[in-house]
Amino acid sequence: MSRLRGEGLSIAFGGVRALDGVSFSANAGEVLAIIGPNGAGKTTLFNIVSGLYRAQAGRVFLDGRDVTGLPPHALAALGLARTFQNLQIFFRMSVLENVMVGRHLKERRRLFAELLGLPSVLRENRESRRRALALLAFVGLADRAEDPAQSLPYGALKRLEIARALASEPKVLMLDEPAAGCNPVETEEIDRLVLALARAGIAVVLVEHDMKLVMRISDRVLVLDRGRVLAEGRPQEVRADPRVIEAYLGRHGLQTAHAA
Amino acid sequence: MTPATRSKIALLGTLAVLLLVVPLLFPSAFHLRVAALVWINAIAALGLALLMGLAGQVSLGHAGFLAIGAYATALGPRHLGLDPLLSMLAGVFAAGILAFLVGRPILRLKGHYLAVATLGLGILVHLVVVSEVAITGGPDGIQVPRLVLFGWRVVGPEIWYAITGVVLLLATWIALNLEDSSTGRALRALHDSEIAAAVAGIDVARHKLLVFVVAAVYAALAGGLLALLNRFVTPDVASFLRSIELVTMVVIGGMGSIAGAIVGAALLTVLPQLLTFFHDYEHAVLGLAIVLFMVFLRQGIVPGLAGLFARGRRA
Repeated sequence: MSRLRGEGLSIAFGGVRALDGVSFSANAGEVLAIIGPNGAGKTTLFNIVSGLYRAQAGRVFLDGRDVTGLPPHALAALGLARTFQNLQIFFRMSVLENVMVGRHLKERRRLFAELLGLPSVLRENRESRRRALALLAFVGLADRAEDPAQSLPYGALKRLEIARALASEPKVLMLDEPAAGCNPVETEEIDRLVLALARAGIAVVLVEHDMKLVMRISDRVLVLDRGRVLAEGRPQEVRADPRVIEAYLGRHGLQTAHAA
Repeated sequence: MTPATRSKIALLGTLAVLLLVVPLLFPSAFHLRVAALVWINAIAALGLALLMGLAGQVSLGHAGFLAIGAYATALGPRHLGLDPLLSMLAGVFAAGILAFLVGRPILRLKGHYLAVATLGLGILVHLVVVSEVAITGGPDGIQVPRLVLFGWRVVGPEIWYAITGVVLLLATWIALNLEDSSTGRALRALHDSEIAAAVAGIDVARHKLLVFVVAAVYAALAGGLLALLNRFVTPDVASFLRSIELVTMVVIGGMGSIAGAIVGAALLTVLPQLLTFFHDYEHAVLGLAIVLFMVFLRQGIVPGLAGLFARGRRA
């Protein structure tokens, strides 16, 4: 069942068509990988879908509902969560608090109760802590919960972002290069997380440069090149597509690949 | 018990002990008056600490809200025959409404732009209280009638010491509660990354507006208490220098630290009194002290000392 769908999404920055009529669909319980050379428009697509940019043409549907142009916090309320290629961590907060922020929409926020520190607020805080701790355990960071977020190494921060995104109990999770800069052990950890999430029924959309990772974990692959959809299909089909190889390696590369 | 709860209890406990001990050590009327001024300034600084330290939004016109609280307390009895306490509460309410109305457009601005917009707001309030002589008494200021509660005339430095102290204790408790709540976490989150906060479902504009209103309410409350304590209000309360003083309290005490705002307010209120000893040079010495604090405790006094202490313990 299609959770997230984009139709004919287009955007230009100062005359450069960053996205040109891109359509895609992500289904519940499935991993959709978006790949393509640098500048293909992958992160731009993420930014449009998550409400950070506004598409100049095209529509976005979440659970069949037209959500085009909604602001990011409204999309989050409808079940969309994402991580960032260049980390967006709350560095002044503890690891645990970062994940608790992800629970924002699940918390009942009544300002006056909060100002007076009523028991209901304290209960809510405890519940958020408990859930956040469980998520930290899921991504393997439980022992760092009370540390300042800035003390974590890069790979751990990537997983912290995933935990924070999961805290909102999303239906669609968008991961922008979750394995970038991670060592092989950390990458394997990301593998495990993504597959577990898809099994839990979440529609996972990820942008990734690590082709081995993409081939291992994705159900479908969408290839972008210069703002257009170049190919779409199962990982094996896409890998064998000459247009894809050409986009990645150029004509010369294509010949070399054939020769090999 | 969570670390946040522990530090909440520690700070409130320390403050309560301090409130009880100060009159024993310094029982003179003069000292109690200075202490009451410290508590009042601390209330205003607390609000600003929530705005600047927690949420990372700057206000260079905060004395404007201080003045609204102070002048409401003076003008209500003078022109409308209202009770001073009621007038003060109306002033606090008015400051909140003004912050709500003005905050909407200006909180879209960031960094320096927001600073200049709030600066403009402060100057505007100052201009009004100076020039509307018929209403505000202009540069000469205006008298505030004595507070009478149920037939009891509220007079004496001990009484005002106690009143302002209790209000500060409550204001601190509320600030700490806010910090350790869903809304408080949202404010700290948008301080670090507005994008990540929005993607996590936080309505960034709404939260900025909310903390701006809270900060304005704190300032107006402090202004009202100041008017009742001094029984006189002059446009000085709205001056740009006042706004800068408040910002300095927050920064020197340690941005993002509730305790820091109180320490900063105490320092900037007490230090000038101590420095009268230097006669003509007191402002120079005050300035030098501020510079030295910022050089040696860059993060502010409370976080700076806490850091030194933690390092000492590890070593």
